[in-house]
Amino acid sequence: MKYAYYPGCSLEKTQRGYDESVRAVFKALDQELVEIEDWNCCGATMYMSVRETVSLSVSARNLALAERTGLDILAPCSSCFTILSKTNRILNEIPEMHRDVNEALAEGGLTYGGSTRVRHPVDVLMNDIGLDTLKSRFRRSLSGLKIAPYYGCQIVRPDKTFDDREDPVLLDKMFAACGGEVVYFPMKVRCCGGMLMTTFEDTALKLNRELLQCAVDNGAEAIVTTCPLCHFNLEGYQDRINRVFGTTFRVPILYFTQLLGIALGLSPQNLGLDSSFIPLGDKITTLAEAHYA
Amino acid sequence: MEHSTHSLPGLMTRTEAELRQVFLEQVKAVPAGERIRRCIQCGTCTGSCPVSYAMDISPRQLIALFRAGELETIMKSRSIWLCASCYACTTRCPAGIKITDIIYALKRTVMEKRYNSKAHHVQILANLFIQNLMSYGRLHEGTLIRKYYLRTGFTKLFGFVPLVLRMIQTKRLAFFPTKIKAHQSLSRIIKKAQEIEMRHLPEKLEYSPDFVGYKGIGDLTLEPRKGGNA
Repeated sequence: MKYAYYPGCSLEKTQRGYDESVRAVFKALDQELVEIEDWNCCGATMYMSVRETVSLSVSARNLALAERTGLDILAPCSSCFTILSKTNRILNEIPEMHRDVNEALAEGGLTYGGSTRVRHPVDVLMNDIGLDTLKSRFRRSLSGLKIAPYYGCQIVRPDKTFDDREDPVLLDKMFAACGGEVVYFPMKVRCCGGMLMTTFEDTALKLNRELLQCAVDNGAEAIVTTCPLCHFNLEGYQDRINRVFGTTFRVPILYFTQLLGIALGLSPQNLGLDSSFIPLGDKITTLAEAHYA
Repeated sequence: MEHSTHSLPGLMTRTEAELRQVFLEQVKAVPAGERIRRCIQCGTCTGSCPVSYAMDISPRQLIALFRAGELETIMKSRSIWLCASCYACTTRCPAGIKITDIIYALKRTVMEKRYNSKAHHVQILANLFIQNLMSYGRLHEGTLIRKYYLRTGFTKLFGFVPLVLRMIQTKRLAFFPTKIKAHQSLSRIIKKAQEIEMRHLPEKLEYSPDFVGYKGIGDLTLEPRKGGNA
């Protein structure tokens, strides 16, 4: 299959590990990603209105660009995924809004018919490509590695998408199939606070401390994420959490595609593993380099 | 200090009445917004909220206070700004109330009435985000964070030195923003959308003392009772 790839702003640089590993994993599975030409920011959650023509038009520009190619959008960032999906739903449900947005898009020489589908890599990998195909491609076993899959909010809420809203399991299944030991992690959909890390730092630090504590208490040696914001909060602020709460966390945070890429036998250089702020530890490093040593 | 002092039903301060007018218009714009009147005060929202412990008014109390004609109290609280829109409450509410969207409506009410003389930090961040998007077409995190802390307390920026160094080491710092090629075209789209937005400003609801309680909401029959997107 071929997808219209929408990396989103964070994946351009700050979260290059996600971008590089998504591209590598999809390539290894013979899926083609064509980056949407000249895509713009989806607007994230910062535009607050539900019926706002401006925010919907900004995000719909990307849907229109993808529609020209006739391909489904692949959006790895949870926030982009949820905003693009929400825009699609509103435009399909409210004809007047669709008309207004098209009137705005016309100023940029664009029009959106409403046919673009927005997909998340977890959904595509598990539901389209499927676990059987993945299993046939695994080259390294993650045997002995204790993993806490962290789903966060936005790929499962507010609308029901491709997994359960309270207890999603697709990543659990994926990493169990890789031979990893998926630990009990009841906080798998608990919020990381998102942008509260900037506006209410104390509260967000506490939320992330609880997430790390829960993972560590259950024996996790790594947390895997699907969202750049969750990832940055857990990884970039881990030192600050240790300082504020007197803890000694040193938990590597990996994108699910990075760990999946290791299982697929891909080279660590192509998975952006060198972009981690926290040392990956012997176990993961050995696994990642085993094939190429 | 002006504060709602009414104690009899149907009597409201002027500010309270104005706020309710704006808020009811905002709620009207939320799909299934009128479900707010189905609240049974069970507290599932508060129990599900990961940040309710830090709120001065819990999500359940927000609805109780609205019902009691105390919007002014809500507007002064930090609670609405603490909501990170994780939708845990909305997913679990047994009455199907879109609590997260109601909180968005409260935020917009405050912003529209410019009720807080000093703009809240969250509003500053939201405005800077939009500016950033308007200038480049893509978000440049560095610019956003720098400008935010310059506005709200620049000394905090020093605390970020280790993190920034780490980002440089791992080649994760974008020194300059990326500007999209069709930047002009995006600006025209945004400008047009703003124009369209102005055409659709909600009709002003005629003020009635009955707005206290659920009466004001009772007139909102945008959605059939059996309820569309749950």
